[in-house]
Amino acid sequence: MTQAIETVGLVKAFGQTRALDELNLSIRGGSVYGLLGPNGAGKTTAIRVLSTLLKPTSGRALVLGLDVAAEPDAVRRRVSLTGQYASVDEDLTGHENLVLISRLLGMSWGEARQRATELLAAFALSDAAGRQVRTYSGGMRRRIDIAASLVTRPELLFLDEPTTGLDPRSRNQVWDLVRQIAATGTTVLLTTQYLEEADRLAERMAVIDHGKVIAEGTSRELKASIGGNALRFQLASPAQHAEAEALVRRVLGDDALAPSDPSAISVKVADAAGAAELLGALAQANIPIENFSLGAPSLDDVFFALTGKPPEKEGAPAAGALAASGAGAASRAAASKGAANEVAS
Amino acid sequence: MSLDALSPSNEPLALRPRPEPTSALAAVVTLGWRAMLKIKHVPFQLFDVTITPIMFTLLFTYMFGGALAGSPEVYIQFLLPGILVQTILFITVYTGVGVCTDIQKGLFDRFKSLPMWQPAPILGALAGDLFRYSVASMIIIVLGLILGFRPAAGIVGVLLAFGLVLVFSFAISWIWIIFSMKVKTPESVMTTSFVFLMPLTFASNIFVEISTMPSWIQAAVRHNPVTHLTNASRGLMHGTPVTADILWVLVAAGVIVGVCAPVAMRMYHRER
Repeated sequence: MTQAIETVGLVKAFGQTRALDELNLSIRGGSVYGLLGPNGAGKTTAIRVLSTLLKPTSGRALVLGLDVAAEPDAVRRRVSLTGQYASVDEDLTGHENLVLISRLLGMSWGEARQRATELLAAFALSDAAGRQVRTYSGGMRRRIDIAASLVTRPELLFLDEPTTGLDPRSRNQVWDLVRQIAATGTTVLLTTQYLEEADRLAERMAVIDHGKVIAEGTSRELKASIGGNALRFQLASPAQHAEAEALVRRVLGDDALAPSDPSAISVKVADAAGAAELLGALAQANIPIENFSLGAPSLDDVFFALTGKPPEKEGAPAAGALAASGAGAASRAAASKGAANEVAS
Repeated sequence: MSLDALSPSNEPLALRPRPEPTSALAAVVTLGWRAMLKIKHVPFQLFDVTITPIMFTLLFTYMFGGALAGSPEVYIQFLLPGILVQTILFITVYTGVGVCTDIQKGLFDRFKSLPMWQPAPILGALAGDLFRYSVASMIIIVLGLILGFRPAAGIVGVLLAFGLVLVFSFAISWIWIIFSMKVKTPESVMTTSFVFLMPLTFASNIFVEISTMPSWIQAAVRHNPVTHLTNASRGLMHGTPVTADILWVLVAAGVIVGVCAPVAMRMYHRER
């Protein structure tokens, strides 16, 4: 079967900068696939090339078996793009926006109006149908934006950072949506900086950095690839952070430490004995810990092992997981602490 | 809130064949419809561009009319065809501002990812502007009639003048569209455009006769495209057609579109 997306040595250069540097992807149809990477890794550029907005500098990109450089129109007929910013007209109402897109896709006025009403109902936006999109909340905007991409259901849907800037509740709604879209058979390619998002949604994912794929596989495979287990604990007193790190290095070696925020420490341990040894040493050194968990490495650990830098975090560092960005960062930081434990299990 | 409606078997998400891509004309009409909706939802943008010419008409007619032409009633016969030119030229800037906003908001990315005739978003914006020009012109002409403007060539002359101004404005809009793709913010499109429009409209014969100006400036004013357009507009409204000016305007418009439209379209296709 033809892959939904296949790129070979894909390069996109802007002047001297190579945003995509020999990117190789092979994505099977009918699944959710995650492109994971820090800001500026080339995720958005990849999506823009694959959705025909940018022309590749060199290399080949096939989307649904069609060459994006040679047959952009044919590609556009079969894919939909939901960009990073809600690309709907804020001055128009939700209903008008969907009528607009439906019309531009070739429906008659009558069909377009009917389709708009239908989609608004499906996306729980009927009550806001007659309101200008500028009055919508972040979550509602995101939904109308995704709805606009589903006016005619595409075979392949590109979602560029679909939950950036959303509060936890809206993020969960978008996740549900993505799962449901995928369940109907549409292949979804989404980019994200949030490890948790990739872990929850994507069957397979590629970690990209500096325009290259640096790891590819299922989240389980990626976690297994760095080996070992992770012991995570929080310090009762963050002031002892340096002391605790020094102790970890002494007991388990220099490379056992994974990145963490000031109140938590994540350590790579080979087995339970190593973990026990470290916990014993901490108790002896009088460094009280508040809670600890032992489990497979999180995607954060994978990310750090691969890129040598912690995943994107904005605002207050949140314990071991997806950072929040944009408005409402504080509330999300709290929520992601809870989520972190889940991811780790 | 529940999204249960989105179960896989649910009709709204079921895979349906995409309709045949829309025709170029239908796409332009639809995008023109969008431009009209924006006027409906944000009427201020229309108010914004008509209040200035109304103010100018009133101020010039009553403040300077006596000094410039003996009486306000005489002056408005001279002024109104020119004010129409200025009004519409000022509004053309909003074409550029609108295109720039759409680019910044990512809306053009969505349009470009749709299987439709690619120039449609730009032409649709221009089509919507025609409506805006018409409304503004109506306001100016009605105001003029109230103030005592009596076009000798009647309604036909006024419509012909309006048509000619429209042709030239359509051409000028392409220049602002190029600006809108060059600069980063809609505000700077506005500023840049007015840097050109202000001298063009004021160093013309919209407000005063060329013969009253110092001789060194007369040459420049005579070659100002706005002067030709104003002459043509006056001639058409008062039934003294100035064929040379009309031809000059048509040729200039043709040249501007011939040069700027392809450049603008190339820039539109160029990647950002």
